[in-house]
Amino acid sequence: MTPGAMAGVLLQVVLLIAVAPYVVGVMRQVRARLEGRAGAGIGQPWRDLRKQLAKEAISPEGSSWVFTAAPVVLLASTLVIAAVGPFISTASPLDRVADLFAVVALLLLGTVALALAGLDTGTAFGGMGASREITVAALAEPTILLVGFALSARVDSSNLAAIVDRIQDNPAQVLSPASVLAAVALAVVVVAEAGRLPVDNPSTHLELTMIHEAMVLEYSGRDLATIELAAALRLTVLLGLWANLFLPWGVATSASPSALGIGAAVFVGKVAILAVALATAEVFMAKLRLFRVPELLAGSFLFGVLAVSSSFFLA
Amino acid sequence: MNLVAQALLGGTVFALAGAVGAALTGPRVRAVVAGVSTSVCGAGGLLAGIALVDGQTYSATVPGLLPLGTAAVAGDALSGVFVALVGAVAVIAGIYSIGYTSPGSPLDHGPGSGAGSRTVQAVLPLFVTTMVWVPIAGNVTTFLVLWELMALTSLVLVLAEHRARPQVRTAAAWYASMTHAGFVAILLALVLFSSQVGGDSFAALRVGAAELPTTLRSLIFLLALVGFGSKAGIVPLHVWLPRAHPEAPSHVSALMSAAMVTLGLYGILRVGFDLLGGGQRWWWVLVLAAGAVSALYGVLQASVAVDLKRLLGYSTTENMGLIFMGVGAAGIFAADGDRPLATLLLAASVLHAINHTGFKTLLFLGAGSVLRSTGLRNLDSLGGLVSRMPITTALFGVGALAAAALPPGNGFVSEWLLLQGLIHSLPAAGSPSVLIAVAMPLAVGVVALTAGLGVATFVKAFGVGFLARPRSMAAGNAIESPVSMRAAMALAATGCAALAIVPAIVGPTLNRVAATFPTVCDGAPLQGGVTLQLTRIAGSMSPLLILCGLFAAALVIVVTLRIAGRGLPRRKALVWGCGGTRLDPRMEYTATSFAEPLTRVFDDVLAPEQDIDVTHHAESRYLIESVQYRQKVADRVEVALYPPLLGAATGWGRLAGRMQNGSVHRYLAFGLVGLIIVLVVVGVTS
Repeated sequence: MTPGAMAGVLLQVVLLIAVAPYVVGVMRQVRARLEGRAGAGIGQPWRDLRKQLAKEAISPEGSSWVFTAAPVVLLASTLVIAAVGPFISTASPLDRVADLFAVVALLLLGTVALALAGLDTGTAFGGMGASREITVAALAEPTILLVGFALSARVDSSNLAAIVDRIQDNPAQVLSPASVLAAVALAVVVVAEAGRLPVDNPSTHLELTMIHEAMVLEYSGRDLATIELAAALRLTVLLGLWANLFLPWGVATSASPSALGIGAAVFVGKVAILAVALATAEVFMAKLRLFRVPELLAGSFLFGVLAVSSSFFLA
Repeated sequence: MNLVAQALLGGTVFALAGAVGAALTGPRVRAVVAGVSTSVCGAGGLLAGIALVDGQTYSATVPGLLPLGTAAVAGDALSGVFVALVGAVAVIAGIYSIGYTSPGSPLDHGPGSGAGSRTVQAVLPLFVTTMVWVPIAGNVTTFLVLWELMALTSLVLVLAEHRARPQVRTAAAWYASMTHAGFVAILLALVLFSSQVGGDSFAALRVGAAELPTTLRSLIFLLALVGFGSKAGIVPLHVWLPRAHPEAPSHVSALMSAAMVTLGLYGILRVGFDLLGGGQRWWWVLVLAAGAVSALYGVLQASVAVDLKRLLGYSTTENMGLIFMGVGAAGIFAADGDRPLATLLLAASVLHAINHTGFKTLLFLGAGSVLRSTGLRNLDSLGGLVSRMPITTALFGVGALAAAALPPGNGFVSEWLLLQGLIHSLPAAGSPSVLIAVAMPLAVGVVALTAGLGVATFVKAFGVGFLARPRSMAAGNAIESPVSMRAAMALAATGCAALAIVPAIVGPTLNRVAATFPTVCDGAPLQGGVTLQLTRIAGSMSPLLILCGLFAAALVIVVTLRIAGRGLPRRKALVWGCGGTRLDPRMEYTATSFAEPLTRVFDDVLAPEQDIDVTHHAESRYLIESVQYRQKVADRVEVALYPPLLGAATGWGRLAGRMQNGSVHRYLAFGLVGLIIVLVVVGVTS
């Protein structure tokens, strides 16, 4: 591992951490403006984090080490993804460590950590959130892996950098039926995994509709800051993965400083555009009933199957 | 005599001595004698298995030992893997049983009953001995005798607690019938095979198989699939598994679910890939389909199960389903001529079998630890064990992580390998056949849904069973298990961790196993030390580096939080009671409520029976006195398939019963008619 490559990985992780709260800030600001409010500005999530970090953490009575460890596991698993994924460069020396399936499994590990923490609090809310989150995650899993199948079938590798490189070399592939279908399927799953509308509403605290918020209800202070940062980072990572898998232009293919700089700038631009688009779409959308979510996910599964079939026959 | 023979025979002698010793000693000594002899026998098996995998061979014949033929043994690398697996589980289960069966546990119902009784303790080492020898059997007679002895000894062990609970007897009856139905199928397959080939030894079968007509080979394979599938718990032959495994003593459950079930896989591999040498493509399509159905059905039932050991039983069906999917896909690709891919899939299956053995041993022992301490298997009444049984909880957590196929658990590595095999089904050039284009995406979907629901299952088992606050008095009074049980679980957890972090240690083993099927496999599928590298296809993943990354990230986070928190201590406070009173444990989510969304989503498959009884107050219908809710998720395959079969069998029995009225004259007449028929038949045919 050369120093340049190491610097690239470090730059990617630091950039993602720095950008993640702003992504959430941008989405809130867009939403506020479209709803006719002034909004708190895009830096508000960072200010919230700074405030929460300085406050004490409170554990509910009767909870165990699982409750304390969950935020750390959640953030750590997301940081590993941030380090290994091809976000600003495909020349990362860590690419061989984890492929698409391992990244998906790491995302699931974070979900599980938080669900166990929700159960560990011993409250009805915690259990409810955990149960719902795990149900959604379990049903989203087939779509993600089928999209992975569709993307890696023609590349003959499930390593993320190989997939991104391949599409960069053959730009026409972006418009192939397999790629378009996979993009639609993965978009639904990204929304579900990131807990955005119409699957979950991140700004609700109404007991009937909460999923993610119900699990983290008992967290406070620096624990809450960790979870909020991890949630923002997961959203950024998912948007970034989607962007680079389907619109890979601008991703650096070498570890030279100039390529990395361009890669970083393009990445920030892509994620910002996607965040604005997602926030705008959310304004016009209502949350689905919990038991309609499986239908949405079954629909995305169908798109996944179609994507694989067309990658077999039409490519 | 080489190392294999010494280890096996030494272990067997120890086991026999242990059986005699356990039969002659008092309860306290008995537990130690049975446990130690089981472990030593297991250690012999482990050693022999490793030596076999390492390239040593062992074959011997003992004429006159068995009444119907010669006893013959012949071990190769394939035998070695399974002998080693059985041995490893036996070592752990033996240590565990010392604490589990010693007198004084809440499960002890007096002398002569339960897991500590004379019979059960004496049979335990014998069961392990037969299991160790099954994969080494070198001819049909020896194999069948050992297979039947294995079934009989395990049946005795399943019946251990029949005095305490009447359900044990029902479970044992199911187990006995299913295992014998399976035995009949295997018997027919192998006897048919050897009669057509004209030889009894596996070597003769291997040579003669090529000359058999295709229909006969297919018939042999189908019969073997039914027989071995029933042992492996493949749907719809799985019905004994979620009954017998929960009712057996927990160390026996571990031996059965982690070791014995795996021998079903051994049978399929031995007959299908070795003796028959691959064969028709549709055989393996059938295996793939049966595996897919088992994986999905098993995990669905596990995700809504409330009984912890029943949940683990269904999870065994799920995992054997995944393994069979890999074997089926390997067979399909071998029949298509893509032998490197077949090798990879076969390696993935065997690795998953090894991993499943590891984590299922750990999980059943953990469940047994809870059962011994609280007397409870019902997740709805458990909880709060994390502070009362911290070591059991942590070790069960390791097993649950592996069973949920999440990194850094060992189950993840083999599922990753299986997925890699399935997604690389696209040929390098041109379009694939329609079968592969339809079957492989569906197979990936099934594996993915199984993985997702598996996560839900084990979050439920661990989160509801061990975390939060106790939901019953018994769970609240739980105490940590004795040291031998903890040590056994720690040993199993160490094995799981080793397999998870450096899966490359079993790489050479898998390559050697693949080499035992020259007509099916080609090349060594795995390479690499730290990073798992597939040789033919571009896929790599490094469990060790992922774990290091997680640790490093966690360390950075913790240190940053310390600095940012300026040393403010963590404070304990009451949970938020929604502005009301203190929360009662009755308000916690239970396993049933946790699985409710899944029950609702898969309503059409599971068909749960729900009852709500509302009792109104005497004075007014507007006031409710009590609400009772009951939910039961029956095994639909069992309900739909078995009552008609059992009904037909009972009908035949009645019919036969009508022929006899106890009169001696009638039986004499039967004898006369029978004799005449025989004479006529002989007269006509000769």
